[in-house]
Amino acid sequence: MTAVDDRPGTPAQAPRRRPNPLLALLRNSWRQLTSMRTALVLLFLLAVAAIPGSVLPQRGVNPEDVRDFFTEHPDLAPWLDRIGAFEAFSSVWFSAIYLLLFTSLIGCITPRLRDHVRALRAKPPAVPRRLERLPQHAVLPAPDGGAVAIAETLRRRRWRVVVRGDEVSAEKGYLKETGNLIFHTSMVVVLVGVALGSWYGWHGNRLLVAGADHVFCNTGQQYAEASFGPRVGDDLPRFCMRLDDFDARFLPSGQPSSYNAKVTVDEDGGSPRPAEFSVNSPLRLDGANVYLLGHGYAPVIRYTDRFGNSQHSAVPFLSNGDIGLTSEGLAAFPDANVNPDTGERDPNLQMAFSGLYLPTAPQKPPFSRSEHPAEQNPLLGLVAYRGNLGLDGGIPGSVYQLDQRQVRNGRLTEIGTKELRVGESWTLGDGTTLEFLGTEPYIVLSVRHDPGAALLLVSSVGLVLGLMGSLFVRRRRVFVRVLPAGSGDPGSGSPTGGSSLVEVAGLPRTEHPGFAAEFAELVSAIGGDQRADAATGAGAPAGTGAGASAGAREGAE
Amino acid sequence: MSALSDQVVSIATMVYLLAMISHAVEYALGASRARVVAAPAPELVGAAVGGGSVAVVSAGIAGDPVVGGGAVAGGSAGAAGGPVAAGEAVPATDVAADPAWRTAWRAELAGRIAVGLTALAAALHLVALVTRGLAADRMPWGNMYEFVLTVSFIGVAAWLVVLVKVPSLRRLGLFLTLVMVLLVATAELVLYTPIVPLVPALNSYWFIVHVSTIVFASGLFLLGAVPAVAYLMRAGYEQGKRSFPYTLAKRLPAAAALERLTFVLHAFSFPLFTFAVIAGAIWAEAAWGRPWGWDPKETWAFISWVVYAGYLHARATPSVRRNVATWLAILGFLTVLMNLFGVNIFFEGLHSYGGL
Ligand code: HEM
Repeated sequence: MTAVDDRPGTPAQAPRRRPNPLLALLRNSWRQLTSMRTALVLLFLLAVAAIPGSVLPQRGVNPEDVRDFFTEHPDLAPWLDRIGAFEAFSSVWFSAIYLLLFTSLIGCITPRLRDHVRALRAKPPAVPRRLERLPQHAVLPAPDGGAVAIAETLRRRRWRVVVRGDEVSAEKGYLKETGNLIFHTSMVVVLVGVALGSWYGWHGNRLLVAGADHVFCNTGQQYAEASFGPRVGDDLPRFCMRLDDFDARFLPSGQPSSYNAKVTVDEDGGSPRPAEFSVNSPLRLDGANVYLLGHGYAPVIRYTDRFGNSQHSAVPFLSNGDIGLTSEGLAAFPDANVNPDTGERDPNLQMAFSGLYLPTAPQKPPFSRSEHPAEQNPLLGLVAYRGNLGLDGGIPGSVYQLDQRQVRNGRLTEIGTKELRVGESWTLGDGTTLEFLGTEPYIVLSVRHDPGAALLLVSSVGLVLGLMGSLFVRRRRVFVRVLPAGSGDPGSGSPTGGSSLVEVAGLPRTEHPGFAAEFAELVSAIGGDQRADAATGAGAPAGTGAGASAGAREGAE
Repeated sequence: MSALSDQVVSIATMVYLLAMISHAVEYALGASRARVVAAPAPELVGAAVGGGSVAVVSAGIAGDPVVGGGAVAGGSAGAAGGPVAAGEAVPATDVAADPAWRTAWRAELAGRIAVGLTALAAALHLVALVTRGLAADRMPWGNMYEFVLTVSFIGVAAWLVVLVKVPSLRRLGLFLTLVMVLLVATAELVLYTPIVPLVPALNSYWFIVHVSTIVFASGLFLLGAVPAVAYLMRAGYEQGKRSFPYTLAKRLPAAAALERLTFVLHAFSFPLFTFAVIAGAIWAEAAWGRPWGWDPKETWAFISWVVYAGYLHARATPSVRRNVATWLAILGFLTVLMNLFGVNIFFEGLHSYGGL
């Protein structure tokens, strides 16, 4: 790690004239904000601020849990809601922390970026006068060719080299700072990607029942639940989709093993084409992706009323979450028993059947829980209601559940229950009949568009590569001085006493345990042959012990 | 195959336990050895001060009859370091009768046995994982039991690598084997689940990439936490603290070397962890339609990531003391543990297939 000062910036000069106090305050605050210490504190705060979002239920993750929390803690919940605890990651406090952190980040990397560009263009510094003071040091006989040859050796090893007369300075490992800057810049790009996604992105969820009667076309109203970023216009990409077939495989235990949806897609401007998608491979359309989130069964029911009119219902029954896919639902016939001659509707003769569908019913009653999610022994248990469904009251009800208020206030009465197998029919007391024709599969879709995704992907690559450069590369310098012939230390007992010598020294600029070995290797390369070993071993002047260590084994107990 | 795997896990736990006992014996006998070796681990101090470049000619090589073979040759002992020292303490015959030497020799023997047992346990551990994977016909990362087993295996394997590179850290093995016994036994006794195949959402390339890297990074974080704790104790000891936890550090390697090892391990696992989280996001995009949804597991991965980033920052900031930075590393590991255990137990989310 580089010994980074808290603030490499401006040297504290004595102000000549009294600075504007406001400006001084601003400058000081900025300096504070962009210091490593502040970044550290903000990082820590960010980690702490993320905890409530995992402890408390979040609207974005699980809205039902939030509702449950409200009923369980009626006093605490509204208070928590006011401080945004159920949308913790878009709350004011969380945003404040990361925005401050990113301000600090930008303020921190901008000057470093400038300095680094400068450093990339600058030449390695001049050779220090007393090389023996550097951590690595060796003296060896000069190779043929002198400084120029040495520079060439270093260059071939991808050192950045400058020759000044008889002196060579070389530096390596600029990639460390480059990587670090790429990493931190990528972080800013991640934030931009996230912002783009939340401004221009949208998504909607819905169920899609198989068959030509249930084609879905992409408009905002088609979604049961949707969210649009503030900058999304109303022109969603146009496409229509029909579910042709859904294939779900299960293990004997009931655990799903694979899902596959076959659809026909009709994109704007193209002709209808078949497509497939499954859980881990979404359908990528122009301007939207379609994800498969779940599946279930929609029982197909035909009801024939007093006038002999038949109506169909194929409403999805929703799984109650057990592994056998026991599902509940409602088949409502608000238009039942409308007199075909007069067109007159008796609001008290509407029909509804609430039911429980078991894809694999047990052999014996009670028929309350399915044993397997595949349809091995399908059974539909229905409760028939007649009366006023309350659909005209203006109070929107769920299409999947009976409006229990109507039952409670007596406008809707239960008139019987029955268990039906596929193909069976049930004649009610008033002579009307109901048939269970079978089921259609349905799938749960999520349709999404996230314009920030590509940016996120690119910046992720930057994050990882930058980080690797930053953490694995080490910056180090090597200096070489060719000594005039005969200047060798007489005390060194060098075998090459009379000829010229070179003095090599190395300085790791970041903590670097392998540097000694690298240096030793470099020294022998500069020496050009085995002479180097002899020279480094014996030729190091006394008192610069490090020289001898160039070839020393790295010790251990 | 499945039953075989379960039995091998039990055996491996026992062998870890034996390795731990062996390390404890080494530790207990180490007192007399510490007395004979004159300079307290000079080689490690050298590594820290000079960035691996200062040659420390160890006191005691020449004159000390006990550490005969020039065991300590100076230089660096960083984990990235090079060749292993050739000379272990080679006894000279004329001192064989010395009782102090005999104890030292026994300590050495116990230490070596401990390492051998650790390696054996790790091999068994691997066998257990492979057989489990074969029995399930997939990578053994499908639930918490398998996950913890794999993470701890990565931890111990990385430890053995570190040990080969820097044998002087052997005494840390006591802590490491303790952690291994705890983790593997917890997996076996608390988290055990029979083999089931993966649910469709887990059936993806990115699952393999994501989980393998997460497991690997977690294993390294686990290993990194060991020298972090050891450093805090040893640093206190070197500052003259002689109360309870610090006294345990009496025979540990020098604080500076422990600190360095802590950093090297974290510097290695942090980018890996970053990659793993990104791979998870890519997979989540394909499976659930969004790269990031603040699901509890994702949230805790974020927290771990931020805490470890904080550790790396703190270590690079000169005005932050090294033990503060090291505490951050430990905090980071606690958040990793929270994600491994706590999130599956306390929260409900898309990742909850982990299943207890
Ligand atoms: C978004 C929040 C940030 C995160 C997640 C983050 C993460 C990291 C990580 C993981 C490293 C280690 C890699 C390395 O050593 O190069 C690092 C290094 C560094 N960061 Fe940050 N950082 C953040 C913000 C900042 C800010 C605001 C500053 C400026 C005050 C800053 C300055 C630095 C510096 C100078 C280093 C290099 C340390 C060294 O010499 O190795 N970072 N950062």
